[in-house]
Amino acid sequence: MRINCPLCGERASDEFSYLGDATPGRPPSGASLKEWHDYVYLRDNPRGPHHEYWHHVGGCRAWLVIHRDTFTHEIFDVGLACDIEESVG
Amino acid sequence: MKEAAYRNSAGGLIDRDRPLKFYFDNVSYQGFAGDTLASALIANGVHLTGRGFKYHRPRGIYTSGTEEPNALVELREDARREPNTRATLIELYDGLSAMSQNRWPSLAFDILSVNNLLSPFLPAGFYYKTFMWPKQFWEKMYEPFIRRAAGLGRAANKPDPDRYERATLHCDVLVVGAGPAGLVAALAAARSGARVVLAEQDHRVGGHLLSTSTTLDSKSAESWSDDIRTEIEAFEDARLLTRTTVFGYYDHNILAAVERLADHLPVPGAHGARQKLWRIHASRVILACGAFERPLVFGNNDLPGIMLTSAARTYAMRYAARPGSRAVIFTNNSSGYDALADLAAGGVNIVAVIDPRSDIDSQSIAQAEAVGARILNRAVILGARGHLHVRGVDVDAAGVRERIDCDLLCVSGGWNPDVHLHSQTGTRPVWSPDIAGFIPAESRQRELSIGGAAGQFDLANALITARQRGLDAARECGFMSSAFDLPDVAKGSSAYSIEPLWRVAGYHGKALVDMQNDVKETDIGLSAREGYKSVEHLKRYTTLGMATDQGKLSNVNGLGILADELGFSIESVGTTTFRPPVLPVAIGVFAGSSRGQHFSPTRYTPMHDWAVRHGAKFVEAGQWLRPRYYPRDGEDMLAASCRETLATRNSVGLCDVSTLGKIDVQGADAPEFLNRLHSNGFARLPVGKARYGLMLREDGLVLDDGTTTRLAEHHYFMTTTTAEAAAVMAHMEYYHQAIWPQLDVQYCSVTEQWASMAIAGPNSRAVLQKVLTRIDLSNEAFPFLAATEFNLGNFRARLFRISFSGELAYELNVPAGYGESLWQALMNAGKEFGITAYGTEALGIMRIEKGHIAGPEVNGQTTAGDIGLGSMLSSKKEFIGRPLAAREALVDSAREQLVGIRCNDSSMRLYAGAHLVEPDKAAVIENDLGHVTSVTYSPMLKTWIALALLKGGTTNIGKTLKAVNPLMKHEVNVEVVSSQFFDPENTRLHV
Ligand SMILES: [Zn+2]
Repeated sequence: MRINCPLCGERASDEFSYLGDATPGRPPSGASLKEWHDYVYLRDNPRGPHHEYWHHVGGCRAWLVIHRDTFTHEIFDVGLACDIEESVG
Repeated sequence: MKEAAYRNSAGGLIDRDRPLKFYFDNVSYQGFAGDTLASALIANGVHLTGRGFKYHRPRGIYTSGTEEPNALVELREDARREPNTRATLIELYDGLSAMSQNRWPSLAFDILSVNNLLSPFLPAGFYYKTFMWPKQFWEKMYEPFIRRAAGLGRAANKPDPDRYERATLHCDVLVVGAGPAGLVAALAAARSGARVVLAEQDHRVGGHLLSTSTTLDSKSAESWSDDIRTEIEAFEDARLLTRTTVFGYYDHNILAAVERLADHLPVPGAHGARQKLWRIHASRVILACGAFERPLVFGNNDLPGIMLTSAARTYAMRYAARPGSRAVIFTNNSSGYDALADLAAGGVNIVAVIDPRSDIDSQSIAQAEAVGARILNRAVILGARGHLHVRGVDVDAAGVRERIDCDLLCVSGGWNPDVHLHSQTGTRPVWSPDIAGFIPAESRQRELSIGGAAGQFDLANALITARQRGLDAARECGFMSSAFDLPDVAKGSSAYSIEPLWRVAGYHGKALVDMQNDVKETDIGLSAREGYKSVEHLKRYTTLGMATDQGKLSNVNGLGILADELGFSIESVGTTTFRPPVLPVAIGVFAGSSRGQHFSPTRYTPMHDWAVRHGAKFVEAGQWLRPRYYPRDGEDMLAASCRETLATRNSVGLCDVSTLGKIDVQGADAPEFLNRLHSNGFARLPVGKARYGLMLREDGLVLDDGTTTRLAEHHYFMTTTTAEAAAVMAHMEYYHQAIWPQLDVQYCSVTEQWASMAIAGPNSRAVLQKVLTRIDLSNEAFPFLAATEFNLGNFRARLFRISFSGELAYELNVPAGYGESLWQALMNAGKEFGITAYGTEALGIMRIEKGHIAGPEVNGQTTAGDIGLGSMLSSKKEFIGRPLAAREALVDSAREQLVGIRCNDSSMRLYAGAHLVEPDKAAVIENDLGHVTSVTYSPMLKTWIALALLKGGTTNIGKTLKAVNPLMKHEVNVEVVSSQFFDPENTRLHV
């Protein structure tokens, strides 16, 4: 695959490392143990479009949120994790 | 060595001025430069090249290309021996030696050909059914038998002596295949100015045209092709890769190719690589891989002397090697007739054309008449006759039986476009009734097929399309050009016409569908009757298409027969999945130069050269090389590291700790960020102080530990363990960027920028003071955990009063380039105190004596409480891992927790990994109480000691247990003690 890093441009996927599902939000202060458990352990693994964390570990070191089809590997969108988190609040 | 009896005296693309001697099964023969091993064998009348996989039937050269199922040989000898090499692809070189495979004791007399008679007992699914027989039968009889019988060559059993390389190419247009269509498409794109890569498997361009007498603009095929090659190669942005197979098509138009740089030579040139793996990033891909001719399924269709019509034509025209003298052609399509004139010109007498069709076009009839061949229409071959070579065929022509003698039988069942790479893009090819074959579907990548690969078999039309596709691909990449004239192609052939024939009815003998895996026509019927009706099940049950040729020849016939058996149409049966690689690829080329020491980089500390000069033995710590111990004459590791320990504890020692991860953290929110990362408090760490810190993962288990120092209000210096440095950095980046982007903090790895050395022992202050004359190092002015940054000569240095050994100790950091000179200065200053360099072994001894944790204890499964650091979980703040660290199971007092153990018998040693059980209990999993994590001989306690993770932890202190290591066949009684073996009150630390 080729990933279009917002900072570095289009690069080969082996410069990146994969973390996984970027959908769950970190529970707020005072959340229950169950919320924490679900956040840490429960992950969706869909066949199709998915938001995922990737780390440009062999490049600019940015954490990215990539909207990707896990079946076709089509990449719809690549954003910086810091921008996305800020817009979420 | 005799003259090649079947070589024509003129013609062909061989160099008769360069004769080459070669050996097949230790018999010497002569060929010429330009030959393949297969063509040279045929020129010498050698057809028998192997035995079938299962039934050991004699097999001959069947094709002239990559799809060859039979002529697989062991090429070269000794460490370079390579099994399953296709004789049809091996370029002949002087002295070449190849051995046939899958025969014992000899090719002509093969004992296991009795399998041919046993074949009722070796049906489809034989291997799977055999698994159900008694286990001991399988292990003792069937498996050894099958392994022996399976043959298929022996791999070399020595390290590969050759070099391999990997490289990457970026281009606008990649054209795969330099046949006529590929050449024209590449030329069109190159003339537009696009960056073009043209990859061709052969060593010369022209593709199938080289096997024909076709003329283009009155030029021969080879001179027309070579002219285009010359023009393409002249473009600065175009690149032709010959001897290159594109074998994999991956996502986002990334393709993999292997370039055989030296396979055509006896050995690679000095410093030259044998093969190169190309990764090609292409904006547009044009697949011009051509088509494979299809066999026909009839009795004994695998006898040597039977081959594809196109192969016979290739041997006759390109190699001037007569594949036979008296030929019968069996074809269901017009292309079989197109070959007749060339075969005849190559010295092959064609006696008959057997054609199952009732209507044959007039052009084809004229082609047959021109060479004096009879046409038998509505005719099939029921079976071939002969033992080791075809001697004749039994023909049924509209119910009339006839036997025709021949020594060559050319078959053509139609053509399969090579859709392998196209299919790897994730789509399935579609059935075309016009050509009775699968053609490319709409692609999921920016890719399209032209020429034979698209099922376009008419040369003139294929060239028009190729030119357009080449221009289109370039234009899509932003390069404009206009069309150019295409050559006049001499018209001699009729429009392609075919009536599919998947199998001959009423054949006698065995009819092979997949010759490489010995799958018979009857196996497919059996598979369907036993319920394996899906094409994927058929493949696995019969092994159809699972050999090294991946069913290039056999798949479509197999599908046609399955469709017949099931009464379905072939398009509803579908195809199996095509996967990379298109051709077997040597593992070595994937490794490239990443072998042995070159597998990953080696990192050296700034003081490495000093250690080398002083005889250090090194240990690999990840990519780092660290001094392990510095032996003096005759010392082994234990003796040296005990001496280093005693010297440090009694006076002073110096240790290179540059491999520790170092992270510089700055920013207004740096205190907050560090406070969230660590389980213990960092918000109120004063400037000029260091603090031991612990980090958890979000799941509540320990991530890493290290020392963090506040150098200024908003400036921190953090250290990690050597092993976890990269993981901690990525962890910080994740939390900062993905979770808390609002924090104003910046951080950077500075591991490589600083040389770090630990100076430890009661005399460390005295030595250090001699070098750092302007700093007050007294305990009052610079107490434990003090830190300072200062100028030392013309550079900045940092000093930390921290200790891993439990002694009075300091860690000095200087810019990496000054590391060795500072080290030397300390060694000089310490001479009067007997300063001793110590390595990781002594470091380990001292940390175990002090009960300090390291990698074996922070193993990804331990909590802070497990390793005695429960008090470092702050209850006053939030930090990563806090919520889940409170889970019931993680705070259970019965968990395995850190203790010390010691051998009270000082003559007995301990082993890491030993499990702990009650002394009177059996060493079985139910009685397991924990395990030994780190062991050492303690020169201070004069016995073996260890750290262990033990159920119930320190509540066991005083108990006697048994440490059992079944791998070492060792057990010893041990006493559970505190993990702080030496100076538990830390009196030596605070002096
Ligand atoms: Zn980047």
